[in-house]
Amino acid sequence: MASAALQDRASAALAARAPTDWSAPAMQSRIAGRYRSEFVFKYLGLGALVLAGAFLVFLLFTIVRDGASGFLATDVKVTVTYDPATLGIDAAAAKGPNAKAAILAGNFQALLGTADAQLANGMPVVSEGAWLALREAVLADPSLLGKTAKVWVPARSDFDLLAKGKFDLAQPEGVRGVSDATIVTYRSLDSRGLVRTGFNRIFLTSADSTTPELAGVWGAAKGSLLTLAVTLVLSFPIGVFAAIYLEEFAPKNRWTDLVEVSINNLAAVPSIIFGLLGLALFLNFFNMPRSAPIVGGLTLALMTFPVIVIAGRVAIKSVPPSIRDAALGVGASPIQVVFQHVLPLALPGILTGTIIGMARALGETAPLLLIGMRAFVTDPPAGLSNPATALPVQVFLWSDDVARGFVEKTSAAIIVLLIFLMLMNSVAIYLRNRFERRW
Amino acid sequence: MSLTFVTLLLLALGLGVFTVARRRGEAFVGTAALAGAGNRSIGAVHSRPNYHGAFVALAALAPALLIVAAWAVVSDGVVSNAVIASVPAAEQPKTPLDRSSFMSEVKGIASGDQEAGFNPATGPAAKVYTSTHDSYNLIAGGIAAAALALGALWALSRLRPDFRARNRVEKAVMWLLIGASLVAILTTAGIVLSLIFESLRFFEKVSVVEFLTSTHWSPQTALRADQVGSSGAFGAIPLFWGTIFIGAIIAMIVAIPLGLMAAVYLTQYADSRVRKVAKPLLEILAGVPTVVYGFFAALTVAPAVRDFAVSLGMVNASAESALAAGSVMGIMIIPFVSSMADDALNAVPGAMRDGSFAMGATKSETVRKVLLPAALPGIVGGVLLAVSRAIGETMIVVMAAGLAARLTVNPFESVTTVTAQIVALLTGDQEFDSAKTLSAFALGLVLFIITLLLNIYALTVVKKYREAYE
Repeated sequence: MASAALQDRASAALAARAPTDWSAPAMQSRIAGRYRSEFVFKYLGLGALVLAGAFLVFLLFTIVRDGASGFLATDVKVTVTYDPATLGIDAAAAKGPNAKAAILAGNFQALLGTADAQLANGMPVVSEGAWLALREAVLADPSLLGKTAKVWVPARSDFDLLAKGKFDLAQPEGVRGVSDATIVTYRSLDSRGLVRTGFNRIFLTSADSTTPELAGVWGAAKGSLLTLAVTLVLSFPIGVFAAIYLEEFAPKNRWTDLVEVSINNLAAVPSIIFGLLGLALFLNFFNMPRSAPIVGGLTLALMTFPVIVIAGRVAIKSVPPSIRDAALGVGASPIQVVFQHVLPLALPGILTGTIIGMARALGETAPLLLIGMRAFVTDPPAGLSNPATALPVQVFLWSDDVARGFVEKTSAAIIVLLIFLMLMNSVAIYLRNRFERRW
Repeated sequence: MSLTFVTLLLLALGLGVFTVARRRGEAFVGTAALAGAGNRSIGAVHSRPNYHGAFVALAALAPALLIVAAWAVVSDGVVSNAVIASVPAAEQPKTPLDRSSFMSEVKGIASGDQEAGFNPATGPAAKVYTSTHDSYNLIAGGIAAAALALGALWALSRLRPDFRARNRVEKAVMWLLIGASLVAILTTAGIVLSLIFESLRFFEKVSVVEFLTSTHWSPQTALRADQVGSSGAFGAIPLFWGTIFIGAIIAMIVAIPLGLMAAVYLTQYADSRVRKVAKPLLEILAGVPTVVYGFFAALTVAPAVRDFAVSLGMVNASAESALAAGSVMGIMIIPFVSSMADDALNAVPGAMRDGSFAMGATKSETVRKVLLPAALPGIVGGVLLAVSRAIGETMIVVMAAGLAARLTVNPFESVTTVTAQIVALLTGDQEFDSAKTLSAFALGLVLFIITLLLNIYALTVVKKYREAYE
């Protein structure tokens, strides 16, 4: 009763009120205010998007800026006399049947040291590890012994960075990280045409080293490839089979619910937990070798296969039931239906999901750190159970290194990693666009 | 003779058995027809020849490969025991650690990687290793081959035109599928059991109450008995705080506004061409490996943050700061928040939006007063998932947040997180029984439980909300 009375009164008040005067200044300013806040809100949204994009661009820009020079290296030209006396190689032995052993035992460090000392009045210019290149040269051609030759060998990191202009020469000597003497030496060498900067073959073909000018990513890349091979071989069949079972055959019961819940949770478990699992299970319980690609691959496979299962289920679900009905209708058994009809149609989707999962595994660092794949390896790993490291772990290790030359190596390694990721993702996108069917 | 070689040999034998059985199957088609079965000529053979082949190959290979697999698991221990038993008693390694280093030297010499061992006894032991390793592998391979032959003979004897080979093979395939889906449960169980088992060993040394309530964390255990100040304190509160401070507070302050606004713009304002370009670009942010973000945070963001702190008047601002790690982590999380918010906004029924427009509301008013409140449960669920991802994130905090366990609300100071500590505790030299090493598993257990609860809760929220609008 009371509410009816209230309503009457309210409508009476409304009727008594004058209609809104939209052209009144108060109303006009109110509308202007609303449009203003609309404008602000819209551009806040755009701003957020632009800001996120700007972060991405800035991130990539800093990495390319710092890392591009990592693909270049500075060499110096030294005049080397392959003096058998300095080398400590008996000229006769170097021709005999044990020539290889004799040359391997030669003191090439002393040989290069002498040549280096003549170059710049005793200031070391040549990289400490460059003697290995001389040894390779003699191994390939023993007749070099006793001759004099001019060879290009890698320069020390200081000179390398100077040649690439990585030091701010306007700064005082103590701050800029390179001594005046080094600069003077570099300039004199440069004016004599003894320095050249070119493509850094060492970076792409060798493994880790303590000196930045001799460090390369190939060892880590090969470790990553071996690890990913194990991951793929294990997680792809397991993931696809599990997806087939869950999507096509699983009865609705408590067990399959449990499987589904575990798969969904595994996909969200932090990666470092998988590292702990790998450490406790594979290393401590099964006594598998530390730092080995096989353990890394197993650990990453456990992490990747839930991703493949989830992608696989979506792909299998998108195959229309009419295909199954038609195959069943002409007498195929349920397993034949799945393997001969559904799976081929779902395969592009499954492969896309697999590649995305593998790309994630390639970028993963934390679990590999825990199972010891941070080994310092100067040779690319030969097999699945040799100590190895992986590309992202190499990035982490170099980023920790105090030597200044490693900053550009770290960024360059990141560029290599990102190129791999980009390739994998473009293959995934290509597969999706080329083969995905909409029914 | 290596096990890989044995396995390849067995697989080759399996292939041979397959072709033999397949021939048999093909022959059945012929004989059934020849036998004058008339119009039943095809129907008389139940399965295609390939199924006959596959059935026999399965029956032959399954036991043989099981034997090889079992041998691969135990062989290392058996061979090691034999090798060590061959060494004179006085020179035998005693402790497990000595044993493993002794064996790794022996293996190094045997494979030719190493010239000579540190321990002189390893030289002769290497010869014993090579011979026992080879002969044992030969024996295992022989047993496996015998099993293969038996299995093949048994299976071949069962082949007849009306033998239901296909059903047998399909049953085996079905078990394979079931086995594959059980891997998920096994992995989960493996995680839970290994974390609990190692954590229990840790809690034998340090009480649970101290771990969860004390505020002092310094896991260095004494190297010498009389060492001062390194008894090891395991109060994890500072780590939990650091994790929440970086992952749930600073990162979310960056990620929620940016991610939410980006999603609002993409779903409500942007036309489809912009959306087509902007969405994959955002996804790239999520695809960049975390170690790259860590490097970026440590090399570019952290010095800038420190300079900013110095300009604010903080004298000894540290190079590592919660702000640097948290903000970069926030950037990494943006695409995650934005795609969750995108889903939530899209799930709001169009009628609500149209109703709001019909009343004369502007787009921004509709978003703020209708869409966002309606999508709130979905957005909250998404944010919780993002938090769970942020607190489990490792590399950014390892590289940019530091290892100082500190209870502070100053974002310019360095704090440490659960994940950073796990990495610090488990890399480098480690004795496996020390409380220091085991504490990493206790931290892992806490991290696992918290992320699990967050995920389950967030997923139920999101699911409930979706159902409410369906």
